[in-house]
Amino acid sequence: MKKIPGILAALGLATCSAYVLAEVDGDAERGAAAAGVCAACHQADGSGKNVPGGESWPRLAGLDAAYIAKQLHDYQSGERSNASMMPFANMLNEQQIADVAAYYASLAATQGSGGEGADETTLKRGKQLAERGDWSSYVVSCKSCHGPGNQGAGEVFPGIAGQHAGYIETQLQAWKAGARENDTQDLMGSIARRMSDDDIHAVSVWLARQNSAAN
Amino acid sequence: MIRKLTYAALSGTLLFSANALAEDEITQQYIDTLAELGYPEPKESELVHIPPTMEDLEDASLHPELKRVIRRGYDLFTNTQQLRGENVFNNMNCSSCHLGEGRMPFSAPIWPAAVTLPNFRGKNAHVNNLEERIAGCFTYSMNGKPPEYGSDNMVALSAYHQWLATDVPMYPQQPIYGRGFPAPERPEELSYARGEAAFQEKCSACHGNNGEGLRVDDQTVFPATWGDMSNNWGAGIVRVFTAAGFIKNNMPLGQPNSLDDQEAWDIAYYMSNQERPQDPRYTGDIKETLEQTREPFHKHSMYGQARETDGHVLGDHSNLGEKSFLKPDTVRPRTFE
Ligand code: HEC
Ligand code: HEC
Ligand code: HEC
Ligand code: HEC
Repeated sequence: MKKIPGILAALGLATCSAYVLAEVDGDAERGAAAAGVCAACHQADGSGKNVPGGESWPRLAGLDAAYIAKQLHDYQSGERSNASMMPFANMLNEQQIADVAAYYASLAATQGSGGEGADETTLKRGKQLAERGDWSSYVVSCKSCHGPGNQGAGEVFPGIAGQHAGYIETQLQAWKAGARENDTQDLMGSIARRMSDDDIHAVSVWLARQNSAAN
Repeated sequence: MIRKLTYAALSGTLLFSANALAEDEITQQYIDTLAELGYPEPKESELVHIPPTMEDLEDASLHPELKRVIRRGYDLFTNTQQLRGENVFNNMNCSSCHLGEGRMPFSAPIWPAAVTLPNFRGKNAHVNNLEERIAGCFTYSMNGKPPEYGSDNMVALSAYHQWLATDVPMYPQQPIYGRGFPAPERPEELSYARGEAAFQEKCSACHGNNGEGLRVDDQTVFPATWGDMSNNWGAGIVRVFTAAGFIKNNMPLGQPNSLDDQEAWDIAYYMSNQERPQDPRYTGDIKETLEQTREPFHKHSMYGQARETDGHVLGDHSNLGEKSFLKPDTVRPRTFE
């Protein structure tokens, strides 16, 4: 069972032959060179940055390589859009996408910020949503897709623990508003649209404080 | 339509009418949310019960020791993998099929068992109590061996079931709203090919192309829908109508009622045509086993039938999955004589 085509089929992209051909092996060392320009925002160690009141840069270090590559393809095709990020995605060819994906995936996952100073009630609610969900509004726990500790599950479900609170919050809001729609089968959108702004905030600050990688 | 809420009349907590009004509103909200998610509203005669949550348990006036035991039951129910190798021999948790911690209607909420048992069960043709019902899901759905009757774990699990039924009278006369996995109407014909295509498109991102699911760090994220790590041939969900009902009401995760009836049935039919560990009631001979179990059970499954795509006779093997025994000794007739 080849893994990538399975995901492509799920995305309904299996007919797009350019994408299938893009199944190139990434090289982390070459990726390090190509990622030079990315450091301005995503930082040299891939840790990104929480920017309160501004646009946060996501941590890329330790994310799944296939997930990173998918996002870069989505920025290129316009399936996912963001003014700061798109020009940089457009600079990359297929080989470079695979290379930077391999590079960032190989870096040690860094810790998130933006959850400092959150109050107890908010954190308790955030933890509940992340680990148990709230079935009274059919908000399935984050962990049931994002895996144990919300540290990621396979190629489709990225690690979100230890991501920056500002970034998590913007993404959930983007899904809720219909501004991000590149998720497989609308799986993330279906959940985000059921969340209140308070819940989105609570889960974002709680997740930012959690360990981004196992051990 | 607040007046159709028969639950209010039933609840033992509603001694004050002001309270009853508030309760009516909560129940209506609950039903509205379910209706928005595509579930049918309760019929006039149905009993609607909103089981308490773990947050409610904190505030409940129960003995702290009982609270501790209920919490343990909850923990066993949602992380049944902690009994792996002892009572559980596949990748399932109880909550893999009973979504929302066993509380969700249309996902076989577990509390009805606490108020309708002991009762006669066709599946084993005798009167069962709550422990034996729980034991049944261990034996078949978890491809395992139930914890001993009366053991700490069994009492803890029962306590969790029973507490979820708080305030519901024993042996209620009314049908229970959202009980089981109600199946949508069966379409004229079912298609293996369509079911396979739909599974690949809408389910495989999580359950894998071969129904193997996904484990991360020895924990189940997505349970196996067939194969060695799934439930065995004796589990309720191998009945095609039960699978169709489960799927329609609960899958894809987070998107209940998003499939049309034909799709849900086609996928259920496709899944029902895949192999899984042997039925613990196996006698060593598939025909004989089928004879003995057809009427109460396997007439609704594909067990013992030849698969249309390759003629493979389903269940004709002695594969037990990960466990080393066929049948736990709790699977035995009872005569009360
Ligand atoms: C000017 C700042 C900036 C630069 C430079 C930049 N990025 Fe980004 N990047 C962002 C922002 C902001 C986002 C989040 C955008 C959004 O909300 O969709 C992002 C998102 C991403 C994501 C998606 C992360 C996720 O978790 O989904 C990837 C992958 C990524 N960038 C890779 C790169 C690579 C590779 C480069 C260099 C070639 C790069 N970026 C350069 C700002 C930048
Ligand atoms: C039903 C499955 C499912 C559930 C439940 C779920 N997610 Fe997601 N989530 C996804 C998928 C799929 C993606 C990847 C989207 C993509 O490919 O672009 C995702 C992506 C995300 C992202 C973007 C990560 C990034 O690096 O850009 C965030 C943030 C997120 N989820 C947060 C949450 C939170 C918080 C919860 C719980 C309240 C949650 N998710 C529950 C399926 C789910
Ligand atoms: C593979 C799916 C699956 C798993 C896993 C599973 N069950 Fe079940 N369970 C079912 C099905 C199917 C039914 C029957 C629903 C119906 O009536 O159609 C059921 C019924 C029940 C009932 C009776 C509910 C009622 O309405 O009376 C209880 C109680 C129960 N299960 C408890 C458990 C416990 C405890 C576990 C874990 C040890 C468990 N189940 C694991 C599928 C499962
Ligand atoms: C986003 C991931 C996801 C998708 C997509 C998904 N499932 Fe599931 N499925 C789950 C999870 C998670 C559970 C267990 C519930 C829990 O742990 O909360 C589950 C449970 C099940 C079960 C009961 C346990 C078992 O493994 O037999 C069946 C059957 C099932 N799903 C079938 C399907 C079918 C059919 C589809 C497609 C229509 C589907 N699922 C789509 C995540 C998913």
